[in-house]
Amino acid sequence: MSPLNIEKGSSSHSAYDLRSHMSDVVETHTLAVLVQNEAGVLARVIGLFSGRGYNIESLTVAEVDRAGHRSRITIVTSGTPQVINQIKMQLERMVPVHEVHDLTVEGAFVSRELALIKVIAKGEHRVEALRIAEIFRANVVDSTLQSFVFEITGTPEKVDAFCELMRPLGEVRLARTGVAAIARGV
Amino acid sequence: MMSITKGKDAMTRQMTGAKMVVEALKDQGVEVVFGYPGGAVLPIYDEIFQQNAIRHILVRHEQGAVHAAEGYARSTGKPGVVLVTSGPGATNAVTGLVDALMDSIPIVVLTGQVPTFMIGSDAFQEADTVGITRPCTKMNWLVKDTEHLSDTIHQAFHIATKGRPGPVLVDIPKDVQFATGTYVEKPQARVSHYQPKTVGDPAMIEAMVEAMEQAERPVFYTGGGVINSGPRASKLLRELVAATDFPITSTLMGLGSYPASGKNWLGMLGMHGLYEANLAMHGCDLMINIGARFDDRITGRIADFSPNSLKGHVDIDPSSINKVIHADFPVIGDVTLVLEEMLRIWKARGSKTNSAALKRWWGQITEWRAVDCLKYKGSETTIKPQYALQRLEALTKKYDRYICTEVGQHQMWAAQYLGFEDPNRWMTSGGLGTMGYGTPASIGVQVAHPDALVINVAGEASWLMNMQEMGTAIQYRLPVKQFILNNERLGMVRQWQELLHGERYSHSWSEALPDFVKLAEAFGAKGILCKDPADLDDAIMEMLNYNGPVIFDCLVEKHENCFPMIPSGKAHNEMIMGEVDTRDVIGAGGGVLV
Repeated sequence: MSPLNIEKGSSSHSAYDLRSHMSDVVETHTLAVLVQNEAGVLARVIGLFSGRGYNIESLTVAEVDRAGHRSRITIVTSGTPQVINQIKMQLERMVPVHEVHDLTVEGAFVSRELALIKVIAKGEHRVEALRIAEIFRANVVDSTLQSFVFEITGTPEKVDAFCELMRPLGEVRLARTGVAAIARGV
Repeated sequence: MMSITKGKDAMTRQMTGAKMVVEALKDQGVEVVFGYPGGAVLPIYDEIFQQNAIRHILVRHEQGAVHAAEGYARSTGKPGVVLVTSGPGATNAVTGLVDALMDSIPIVVLTGQVPTFMIGSDAFQEADTVGITRPCTKMNWLVKDTEHLSDTIHQAFHIATKGRPGPVLVDIPKDVQFATGTYVEKPQARVSHYQPKTVGDPAMIEAMVEAMEQAERPVFYTGGGVINSGPRASKLLRELVAATDFPITSTLMGLGSYPASGKNWLGMLGMHGLYEANLAMHGCDLMINIGARFDDRITGRIADFSPNSLKGHVDIDPSSINKVIHADFPVIGDVTLVLEEMLRIWKARGSKTNSAALKRWWGQITEWRAVDCLKYKGSETTIKPQYALQRLEALTKKYDRYICTEVGQHQMWAAQYLGFEDPNRWMTSGGLGTMGYGTPASIGVQVAHPDALVINVAGEASWLMNMQEMGTAIQYRLPVKQFILNNERLGMVRQWQELLHGERYSHSWSEALPDFVKLAEAFGAKGILCKDPADLDDAIMEMLNYNGPVIFDCLVEKHENCFPMIPSGKAHNEMIMGEVDTRDVIGAGGGVLV
């Protein structure tokens, strides 16, 4: 409840959304959005999220069909079921959007993220870093006497776990791609 | 110049981008363009100069161009077209774009842009027009190649008018206007994959009809979607109301789709809606929303909005359904097609309403009507704004009449006291609430309907925001009547300050208003001043009988409040009427709402 004691539902779509969502369960959903690959389409999608106050936890985009000029945007977002539904509807009505799939509700899906992790470490810590990397099946893609760069692919949780284990070993610098996801099966 | 391209059977024509713009507009059946020239659109203006098929109306400000195009579009059902230059031309058009977006008005705006090789160099009159207008349009494009120009313009018309209508913008760099390319005819243009669903789900419609048969306290709640769907939608709506004998109310945007003189008409609903309309919404057991979107001006406090009703919602935009209010019968489709299907099913089933219950419901509504919520304290010395509108209504009713408004108290009074018998007769800024909308809109309407009576009901503050467009009215001999209810206040702001801010009237009046009669004369129009209720009828007749634009300065009561009113954050059954003590009617919760 806000200090002004505004009840839930006082305003739903003015710029001042004062509703308390506390009683509503916030869900995380992974959306696959197939869009026309044209100038400004990403700005359009991002603008929808910022303009209407939706969350973006992760967003990746790349062309997936050159001949058909299609790009695929994978968005991980969170909100109450009503907000998630609005996000999908708002995306679907955009002119350059061809398809919107809510992978979270459409069935099992695979979700992966790639990260490049630079670890600057000395002595035993270098050995430990390599040992952990092996357990996580991370590859060494660059090596100097002071540092490694590991490449790791996996769920965001796996990437998080790997990074947390690296931090005590030395200075960690991180580049992550965000999540790409696709439904299992056909 | 004609040439035939290899491998294609269609004959193609080569021409400059500037010529393509004019050709594409002709192909789209455009008759009028509202615009203002500038450096980056000179090639297009040169083409306009060399033809007579398309009429160009020179406005005095680009915002005026868009509102005029909106007035044109709302009063004809056709898309309005605007042509402005780059940079400030485009940024001045932005308010109009958002206005059209909020009210779902089909507008095609063509903007000039600096040449492609200068984009990004902070060139003179350069602005990132597609970037600025991306959230202000349904769709926009920057055309970087003349080969794509005509195709894009055809797409722009398709998108502006199909599905939920809205504004689109095509940004055309100057070198693209000069270069030569292949003109694509309208039938050959890609209409894109954008093909919104228009046919509602018959099973859901049947379920809704079944609910209508059983309803004890039904109400139709209609909106601008009925008008956007075309005149046939209004005709079908009237048939459906006649077949069911259900009461009907409408949003501000939907006025005229059902006639104000119709016996089932409850009047407008919402924040300043009629008592009987709002209480019918609150007390109903079945609400059929046709082409409205549960705007916050309509619902009041969501938690207490029509708590005991099943709700049907017909909308062409799937994102409108379940956005604010849960729909028990969601129907995605075009209003005309859905109404056709509803009537077909109604007849096929031999449907009958629950007439005993409906009779009781009408009995209740009659009691609410008897409250006469629009009554106000008259005066023999001061013109009450409500009285001015009642007289305007009485004296103009028989005319072929179009009404525009600005935004504020006068707008709400116009919606309450003027009666609309047909769609497309009422042009007002609903969603965005744009002061300065009415004067240019009235010009757009008059351009489309040269022989009709076009009145802009205005407040003096709103009117001053786009008064430069009187120049346009004079230049094109457009006899628009500017009916200004002058209270020397920002009336609605003043009303809220009285109700919510302890009567501290912070900057809600102007101490330096112009002499409107002299102003009219300076423009070359007729000015009429009226301050005595006894003179009002004669003064209005003088306005109506003058063949030319008029600025009517109607000095009205300065502190009149607009009632009924659902205070912010309250429910429909908590509306306040004129006579009650209005102090502290807006609680702390409502105070932060707009």
